[in-house]
Amino acid sequence: MTPTGTSAPRTAPPGVEQPGAHPMLPAPYRVRSRRPDRADTVTLALEPVRGECPPFLPGQFTMLYAPAVGEIPISISGHARGGGYVQTVRAVGAVSRALCRTGAGQIIGVRGPYGTAFDLRAAAGLDVVVAAGGLGLAPLRPVIRELAAHGSRYGRISLIVGTRTPATLLYPRELARWSRDFDVLITVDHPDRAWKGPVGLITGLVDRIVFDPRRTCAFVCGPEVMMRATAAELVRRGVPAGRVALSLERNMKCGVGRCGHCQLGPLFTCLDGPVLTYDRVAALLEVREL
Amino acid sequence: MDRVVLDSLEPLIAVLTGMGYTVAGPTVRDGVIRFAEISSAADLPAGWTDEQNAGRYRLRRAAGPEATGSQDRLETGDASAGDGEQVFGYAASPDSAKRYTHPPRTTLFRLRDGVPEEAGREAPPIALLGVRPCDLAALAVQDRVFLGGRYPDPAYRARREALLLIAVDCATPGGTCFCASMGTGPTAVSGFDVALTELTGPHRFVAAAGSPRGAGLLAALPTRPATAADLEAAEEVGRTARTRMGRRVELDGLKERVAEAHDSPIWNETASRCLSCANCTMVCPTCFCTTVEDGADLADGTAARAERWDSCFTLGFSELGGAPVRGSGAARYRQWLTHKFSTWVDQFGGYGCVGCGRCITWCPTGIDITEELERL
Repeated sequence: MTPTGTSAPRTAPPGVEQPGAHPMLPAPYRVRSRRPDRADTVTLALEPVRGECPPFLPGQFTMLYAPAVGEIPISISGHARGGGYVQTVRAVGAVSRALCRTGAGQIIGVRGPYGTAFDLRAAAGLDVVVAAGGLGLAPLRPVIRELAAHGSRYGRISLIVGTRTPATLLYPRELARWSRDFDVLITVDHPDRAWKGPVGLITGLVDRIVFDPRRTCAFVCGPEVMMRATAAELVRRGVPAGRVALSLERNMKCGVGRCGHCQLGPLFTCLDGPVLTYDRVAALLEVREL
Repeated sequence: MDRVVLDSLEPLIAVLTGMGYTVAGPTVRDGVIRFAEISSAADLPAGWTDEQNAGRYRLRRAAGPEATGSQDRLETGDASAGDGEQVFGYAASPDSAKRYTHPPRTTLFRLRDGVPEEAGREAPPIALLGVRPCDLAALAVQDRVFLGGRYPDPAYRARREALLLIAVDCATPGGTCFCASMGTGPTAVSGFDVALTELTGPHRFVAAAGSPRGAGLLAALPTRPATAADLEAAEEVGRTARTRMGRRVELDGLKERVAEAHDSPIWNETASRCLSCANCTMVCPTCFCTTVEDGADLADGTAARAERWDSCFTLGFSELGGAPVRGSGAARYRQWLTHKFSTWVDQFGGYGCVGCGRCITWCPTGIDITEELERL
């Protein structure tokens, strides 16, 4: 037992107020704009009511608080014009439904940004594979925008996207724009009559893009089963596991390592993640119900 | 500081009260020992002791038959009812100091005009009398959780610093105790303001200060220097207690053994006896997990958000996208035990168990964490 903390500072007289912000107190943010993306998905631009919002790194998330309803972790999808966050929310539960209903001008609570980021510096000079499944495109959007803005810093860039149906494809206009800058391949589980593209799992797209495995960095986000399959396929092709970054999802109530819910073995997904390289999590993800 | 002898706890309680502290100490309630506000040494459980084993806790007179459960008898605290004069002659009770530093439920904030406004942080000064060494170690463990990381909790710090800790060495460890093997007891070493060792024949307390606050407190009390005989008697209390641990855990290689046991068949076997009732996590002095609850007051329209204890034994704890990640009882028991003895070390640099034995005592089906560890 390490008795660290037994000597917690105890010089203050009893009953004295402690300085510092409480980590569970949200800051008020105003919804600057609300854009419905798909039937159940809304993108909000948020600006702080007071002061400036802290900077974020691609892959980080905030805890969004729908007043009187609850709080959930939502990844940051970009900078809002004039300073603020762009965040995409899918209405699946009580809190996300309330957030999706929030209109321009309304106040919600924001804590963060929290968590680890996709390390774009590690990708400098390397081929880059970005793989997104479903809503997993939302946290990858700042990564893709950086790649599009500074393409010369990287080798060959490919974006592969898997989605349930053509109608659930997120950010279709931006995808069309990005496809002018680099290879963008999209596959769907269930095509409609107009769909001419690939059908099936996203792992099937790994064979159809060009990259030099030994000199490749990959950024993967989507449902866990999709990330495991994609990471395993990239590693099988020779990409070092330490250069395959995943963004994990677990139940989170706090975002700051105190509620205990998001543990994955020794990791707190909120503090040690959400972005972790495959070499650190492959074995953990193999354990059922961990 | 030199150790001194107190002949009575009465002046201690009076001085603390005079300093503005609410004094909380062990009392007999509902057939168990519980922390509650006390105003006199007569409120302490003189002459009571306990019997603890897996799934079993019985309070009884130290020199008499087991308590019948008669509330009258248990709650009078009538000192004449027994011969024993010891007021700390029992082991860990279901309450730990955690109740004061990390309360079961706290309000985080209220909405004022739609904007979150933090609930008050002011912590009332409380002097906690009778804290056991295992619980001092548990406070240190929780300090690392709430104060040691990137996001320290100022409200926890306020409660922690408003708490004056008067520790008591354990003289009568229970049948489920294993603090000696966890290295956290039975003698208080650090983390207290004052540490007491209770002696009998005649009844007296050897006291040591562990902080300037504790030294100031002792200086304000009628004490006399401890004699060599007092000190030897105090030493003997610790030596004897060490030999009376009802359980033990072998720490050598334990962290690795637990980490590698995720496929062990014992999880399923244990789960067949586990009710997922969360009792173990509620009585555990180090378990820190919480959830949040939002409530609205329909009368005035204000909403508040509270944080309350949660347990990894509930299905909702790991819920993700409509289904629990740990759907089986086996996975939930594995999570709890693995956290205590393996991943806690990765996260916080020490075990998440202090050997108080409460989880064994209060498990309704008597699941014994020390047995489970041995079987891994």
